[in-house]
Amino acid sequence: MRATQKLAIPAIVAMMAVAGCANSSSGGGGGSGSGGALGGDLKNLPVQSKIDVPSDAVKPAGDGKAKCDPNTTIGYVGAMTGDNAQLGINIYNGVQLAVNEHNKANPGCQVKFTKFDTEGDPTKATGPATKATSDKNIIGVIGLPFSGESKATGKIFENAGLAHITPSATDPALADNGWTTFFRGLGNDNVQGPAVSKLADKLGAKKVYVVQDDSTYGIGLANTATKGLGDKLAGTDKVTTKQKDFSATVQKVLDSKADAVFYAGYYAEGAPLDQQLSDGGFKGVFIGPDGVKDPEFVKQAGDASKNAYFTCPCIPGDLIPEFATAYKGVSNGQAPGTYSVEGYDAMTIMLAGIDKGNTTRAKLKDFIKSYDAAGLSKKYKWDSKGELSALPVYGYKVDGGVIKSVGVISEG
Amino acid sequence: MSMGKDPLGGVHAEQQEDNAQAAEDQPRSGGVLGGVRRWWAGLERWQQWILLAVFLVLVLLLPVINPPIISTPDTDFSIACFNMARFALAALGLNVVVGQAGLLDLGYVGFFAIGCYVAALWTSPDSSYVHIPYLFTLPLAMVVTAFFGILLGVPTLRLRGDYLAIVTLGFGEIIRLLANIVPALKGNTGFQNIGMPPGTRDGKPLFENGTAWYMLTVLIIVAVMLLLGNLERSRVGRAWIAIREDEDAAETMGVPTFKYKLWAFAIGAAIGGLSGALFAGQVGFINNQRFDVPTSMLFLAAVVLGGSGNKFGAIIGGAIVSYVPDRFTGIADYKYLIFGVVLVVLMIFRPQGLLPARNHLLAAIRRLRDWVGSAPSGTPSTAATGATSVSLGKEKDR
Amino acid sequence: MLHELATASSESWISFNWDSLFSNFLPATRDGITYGGIYALVAVGYTLVYGVLNLINFAHSEVFISGAYAVVFTLTGLGFDGNSPNLGTIPLIGDLLVALLAGAVTSAVVAVLVERIAYRPLRARGAPRLAFLITAIGVSFAIQYLIFLWRGSVAEPSVRMVPVKAIFQIGDTLIFLNQIIIVVAALAMMIAVDQFVRRTRTGRGIRAVAQDPDTATLMGVSTERIIVLTFAIGGLLAGAAGLFYIMQVPSGAIYNGGFVLGIKAFAAAVLGGIGNIRGALLGGFLLGLIGNYGQYLLGDAQWNDVVCFVVLLLVLMVRPEGILGSSLAKVRA
Repeated sequence: MRATQKLAIPAIVAMMAVAGCANSSSGGGGGSGSGGALGGDLKNLPVQSKIDVPSDAVKPAGDGKAKCDPNTTIGYVGAMTGDNAQLGINIYNGVQLAVNEHNKANPGCQVKFTKFDTEGDPTKATGPATKATSDKNIIGVIGLPFSGESKATGKIFENAGLAHITPSATDPALADNGWTTFFRGLGNDNVQGPAVSKLADKLGAKKVYVVQDDSTYGIGLANTATKGLGDKLAGTDKVTTKQKDFSATVQKVLDSKADAVFYAGYYAEGAPLDQQLSDGGFKGVFIGPDGVKDPEFVKQAGDASKNAYFTCPCIPGDLIPEFATAYKGVSNGQAPGTYSVEGYDAMTIMLAGIDKGNTTRAKLKDFIKSYDAAGLSKKYKWDSKGELSALPVYGYKVDGGVIKSVGVISEG
Repeated sequence: MSMGKDPLGGVHAEQQEDNAQAAEDQPRSGGVLGGVRRWWAGLERWQQWILLAVFLVLVLLLPVINPPIISTPDTDFSIACFNMARFALAALGLNVVVGQAGLLDLGYVGFFAIGCYVAALWTSPDSSYVHIPYLFTLPLAMVVTAFFGILLGVPTLRLRGDYLAIVTLGFGEIIRLLANIVPALKGNTGFQNIGMPPGTRDGKPLFENGTAWYMLTVLIIVAVMLLLGNLERSRVGRAWIAIREDEDAAETMGVPTFKYKLWAFAIGAAIGGLSGALFAGQVGFINNQRFDVPTSMLFLAAVVLGGSGNKFGAIIGGAIVSYVPDRFTGIADYKYLIFGVVLVVLMIFRPQGLLPARNHLLAAIRRLRDWVGSAPSGTPSTAATGATSVSLGKEKDR
Repeated sequence: MLHELATASSESWISFNWDSLFSNFLPATRDGITYGGIYALVAVGYTLVYGVLNLINFAHSEVFISGAYAVVFTLTGLGFDGNSPNLGTIPLIGDLLVALLAGAVTSAVVAVLVERIAYRPLRARGAPRLAFLITAIGVSFAIQYLIFLWRGSVAEPSVRMVPVKAIFQIGDTLIFLNQIIIVVAALAMMIAVDQFVRRTRTGRGIRAVAQDPDTATLMGVSTERIIVLTFAIGGLLAGAAGLFYIMQVPSGAIYNGGFVLGIKAFAAAVLGGIGNIRGALLGGFLLGLIGNYGQYLLGDAQWNDVVCFVVLLLVLMVRPEGILGSSLAKVRA
């Protein structure tokens, strides 16, 4: 085709000329180094190879002698399809594992597990949430995974007296609504924010540039992180979800001579940001929160991800061998994801309640309120607002293309 | 119900003859729908009223009856019904813009969003504005949205069709992006605890239940349809048909097209805003997450599928587009694909949608000729007035 | 309400940072031109189809992203991944050309298929303008969500095409290899298309159909063939743009990645003068610059999209024929 030829020839010539010059030149200053993930004065934190699970961690199997009505049901309300399905999938797989273990060990008490899909969308969540509350057999719910949808549905659960434990929604404001049925199974953003500063200190970073996206999560987290950083803050910028072009942000970071960047948002934007930072000559460390900590980040950031660390109020499930192996059985071979363990723990608590005879919504709610025991990930004891007292935040890094834990950064 | 003036000043003959004539004059549309229309046209007026009343009662009681096959297993049925109703209302509004006046608005979700934010800003405790009772936000939403509709329309309605589409798309996106950037609109954080209409039942607020919202919305839809019906039969409606069919000719004939296009925009926007305010009240929480282009596309699909230019068509289209993903949650991931394909297929094979618009200039001219030819007893054509004859028994005014 | 919005918040949400813009003028320009090249290549597709058919091809953004996907798959198949490639110059260029071809051909095929399946039946029926637009939207979403169902909602893993190297330096500002390639190649291709339309016989045929399809047919030009060719050329360039886009944003292949870029490219086409190939070139680079400068000027990166939309709206309202005005048809031989 003549047209293609006409286009291809100038393109070929242009690219050859330029590439030829490039390859033969002695190279400019902007290359991303290989080997030795962080440059300058920054420290490389060692990877954790195992973690200690509390020896008295409550297990779903309980004592094997539980008896309950065959219609007893726990529900999951949250994302199962749509753009944000993976987080929901990680959670309900953990939940499913707990149910399976329980039912296997307790022939006299077969608890049912029903799922309702919200697509992670607050405007769509009220339908499934109402449906869950109107099913009288459902006496407890694990959910909702996202802060936005939790906000939209909290009142529905409250009106129905149906207790729900969220394994992942971190917006601090959720606990301020006076909902007695709301329980948060992890540290909120007020805890994760300051942990960023602690991680920066551990890494030896002196100037941190904070970039936030436009989500509630990102804005809230950037807020608490900025406060925690105090003088270390080198500058701020705001980006939007679905954005791919970060050239201006990168330039501002370079101008500020920051040695660390904290991105408060999700991996879909965090990955190109990290990549463009690295390409632009940024030699510092890229810190992301739990929203960025995902294998997809590594895939999408490519070799730029070598400079990445993460904070997460989540425990590294892959370092708990028993859990990791058992998890693969329910997840079609996938390794535990972010918040899988928290989902498992939350379900374990509800199952423990059922096993002890708390088979109405009111009784189960009271059981959870007064619960005080260890799960795989932490000690579970809630205050009157539904927040936990023990709130560990873990650090992670990218090591050889895989995200690995570097240990607890803050005890909360 | 007003009889509606016969615009050509003709004399109404005996009811029976009119109806028979009306039945004959039905366009020879094929199939079930055409047959249903002919049957409907053949009924006496009082029969049509009774049927409509019964139908309305059934529709209102739908969530209470909760029939097994139609009920949605994975989501609350009364909320699903409400969603059908508010989608239908929005489609009704978009129908005025796209179907009646022939203006392609790809940013309709922007008006919907403005309505949501009006309800939120004036009733939510998260907002620093004056708080007013929720019901007052409904007319307020309509006014504010209509204002924005005019604001958008004035500079852009002089553009030709394709450009208008892109401009409205840009407008919808700008609203969404501004909701992020302007702190008062609280972007993704949103507003909680949006108000609701008063009333209690068994000690609990009546409107915590989707059923009450649904019934309210259905009644609002009926009211809006009556108003629109009157509008369609008036000069404004006739102008819209003329603009839709051939804008240049209309302009030449002295129809002030710009003014009537602006009317369409404002009215369509107002209805969209109303639907948004109702939606915000029912969900109780809004943020800017869902005010995006795919949602605009679903609104458009609803109007096109149902039959653009036809009020009932828009309502049915809206109900279908909302209901199908709720009922068949397995296809939740597929819904945009399905409706995208539906749009393409419809445009090729049945561009008029399920319920075609009843009024076209050429058909009107034919009927006019018939009327002139059969002087005393003929039913004058009212097609040119914009009556969609399926609406509320105005068969005689055809 | 606008007034209240503007004053209700204690912090001013819109502010002008002139020094940020001035002190970063060179990098801003460098980055703006790079993206501008990509916009220009995609804009040609919009402008050609509009010039010949008077139709906004809403689905062109999906034509573009299909090319990007093809490039990613080809490169992955050739062994590229998220790490900097370490091939010699010739094999690297060879691989890139293969990917370029794959992207361009895929996009061209998608563009022609869209024309055949969605637009031709409507043309045959003499459908009104509204119908074409509605179909275009339907096609756009159908393709997007087909990709979504096939590949999910996450972007494809990064593929790095060229090593990250700064070639030269102006003041403090480094100019990188990939940026130079994109700008030079985009210019080259645009010039080639422009010459094609002006000088060749087929090009004259395109201009003839744009000016007056009936007379063109009478003069022996096959209108149908020209239309297919128009879509194909637009597709080829969009596919090339896909390659350059991935070069710039290695994880850019995501099902809805075409949408915003498509709107910006359309804005570029309108800005420069719809129906005018040189207008697409000018508009592309100009819009890239404006969008980038806007980010510095208004303080945050989140303004990028808003600025582009506002530019689009302003141009359409104030001077719809764009900067260079004049359409395809009026270009003299």
